[in-house]
Amino acid sequence: MAEFDDPTSLVMAAKAAYQQGFRKLDAYTPFPIEELHEVLHLHKNKLPLIVLLGGICGGLTGYLLQYFVTVIYFPINIAGRPLHSWPSYIIITFELTILFGALAAVLGLLGLCGLPMPYHPTFNVPRFSAATQDRFFLCIEANDPLFDLQNTTRFLESMEPKEVSQVAN
Amino acid sequence: MPEDQVLERTEQEHPIAPGYTFGTVTDQIAAVVMTKHTPLFWFLWFSIGFVLLQGLLVSAVLLFWKGVGIWGIRMPVMWAFAITNFVWWIGIGHAGTLISAILLLLNQAWRNSINRFAEAMTLFAVMCAGLFPLLHMGRPWLFYWLFPYPDTMNMEPNFRSPLVWDVFAVSTYFTVSLLFWYVGLIPDLGTLRDRAKSLVAKYTYGVLSMGWRGSARHWSVYETAALLLSGLATPLVLSVHTVVSFDFTIAIVPGWHSAFFPPYFVAGAIYSGFAMVLALAIPLRSVYGLEGLITDRHLENSAKLMLATGLIVAYSYIMETFIAWYSGSVYEQQAFWNRMTGPYSFEYWFLITCNVVSPNLLWFKKFRKTPVLLFISSIIVLIGMWLERFMIIVSSLAQEYTPSSWGLFHATRWDWATYWGTIGLFLFLFFLFIRALPMISIFEVRTLLPQAKVKEEVRG
Repeated sequence: MAEFDDPTSLVMAAKAAYQQGFRKLDAYTPFPIEELHEVLHLHKNKLPLIVLLGGICGGLTGYLLQYFVTVIYFPINIAGRPLHSWPSYIIITFELTILFGALAAVLGLLGLCGLPMPYHPTFNVPRFSAATQDRFFLCIEANDPLFDLQNTTRFLESMEPKEVSQVAN
Repeated sequence: MPEDQVLERTEQEHPIAPGYTFGTVTDQIAAVVMTKHTPLFWFLWFSIGFVLLQGLLVSAVLLFWKGVGIWGIRMPVMWAFAITNFVWWIGIGHAGTLISAILLLLNQAWRNSINRFAEAMTLFAVMCAGLFPLLHMGRPWLFYWLFPYPDTMNMEPNFRSPLVWDVFAVSTYFTVSLLFWYVGLIPDLGTLRDRAKSLVAKYTYGVLSMGWRGSARHWSVYETAALLLSGLATPLVLSVHTVVSFDFTIAIVPGWHSAFFPPYFVAGAIYSGFAMVLALAIPLRSVYGLEGLITDRHLENSAKLMLATGLIVAYSYIMETFIAWYSGSVYEQQAFWNRMTGPYSFEYWFLITCNVVSPNLLWFKKFRKTPVLLFISSIIVLIGMWLERFMIIVSSLAQEYTPSSWGLFHATRWDWATYWGTIGLFLFLFFLFIRALPMISIFEVRTLLPQAKVKEEVRG
């Protein structure tokens, strides 16, 4: 794992590592860096699909709930109005769409990131606490097929980082 | 064009003061939380909130004991303070969601230093709002009857009623605001975990941050989530006050039964919300020395939004009156004539002064650049918006169709105690929040720094 001072050198290092053929690599930054996602090819994820499904599920729940209650389970005739009065269902259908969509977004975010994860090997690196503050880290994981302790360390050192450290498992 | 002019322009567009680094931004915002020294200002306002909160508790207990009769609600004015306060608080919450969701979608970078506490404001304002319909129910312990669940009475809520829509709208709004706020907090909780010295703080923030480590893979999903949540929150926030306005427009009371209440209510909500944002931001930034992060430009932008929404509200008042006259309905005409000249005319003209006349001072740049004046004007707007809801609710109900059933509303001391009590609850929660959590989003402010830009040669 290599530590950098500024986002530009991190993105450069990540790009070089990707071009070298490393795939099991991750960067740790105190804020999202658009270019880094591009370099690591992280632009696609399944979250929009999850949210869409959550929203559809919420909309159906909202509408069917109201249909079931007002038409089948508890029908009341109020001034001869139709039991299936869909215009008045719109609001709750809409609200539940949003609610389920938002819940799907948050649960999907946690699921796709594998959070909560109280322990992760990177936390063993003493300087890693700076990753949430003002430092930028690039980590090449040992399970990468190209990984070789000496060569990879040398490669990272050639990127002129502040420090290269080994992550204990 | 000479080169220095171009440089000046980029300088001006920058939302925060120059000279910050990733480290100093983190230090400055985290220092408010990670300190043993709590300023006297905090203790003062926290105690005021705490004392007022006791008033709320006492009046709520008395209300459970004796019933809603301790308030001044008598036929025909059965809504009065409770619903006025409900609409007022919900409206205040709207600015938080507007700042966090709509301004994110519009890519307004200046929002980054005010969104966190504005979202917290939303959350606490919705809590205060939610209390009123509950207390107003008469038998608050049966509140769960509002939800559709299979019960032994074989009864279900009436889905054709705007009051049931309101239950769904407000509870969804609260849940989504809470989720949005918490998701925004996760990276900053990670920062606090890594900075905490004491073991308790380390574990608390550690558990809350759920093991966030700033991984690029996580950030890419995180950014998508933030965008999607904003996309969901944007129509939601507009719908909530629309549904609140349906509580009135679906009824046939003169002065309520009107087709343009939804946009009028939403504009009013954002108007009062920005007033509250200013009323909170101005003292906070000077006490905690955050003028470099919440700059005069933030205040000015908020003031401009306040002016714009204030003008929409003023236009609505004019149209409301015009339509009442143009409708040809004597009841509508009478309702508005009563507002202007009847028993509540003092409140009406006071409201016009607060909401229509006073915000016009915001046209002057000098006024927008003076925080003290902005603070005073935001308090005036908050009073004005409260009066607006009071006017709509009380004056319309007091003098409806049949003069024989007219009656005036007189607030009791418990009406006031409950109202001030929720202000206490709000202050209590808000000051706990600024003491325990970063009131400015640290990671979003980091992205505003010039150092955060990746240099051109690496791209592509």
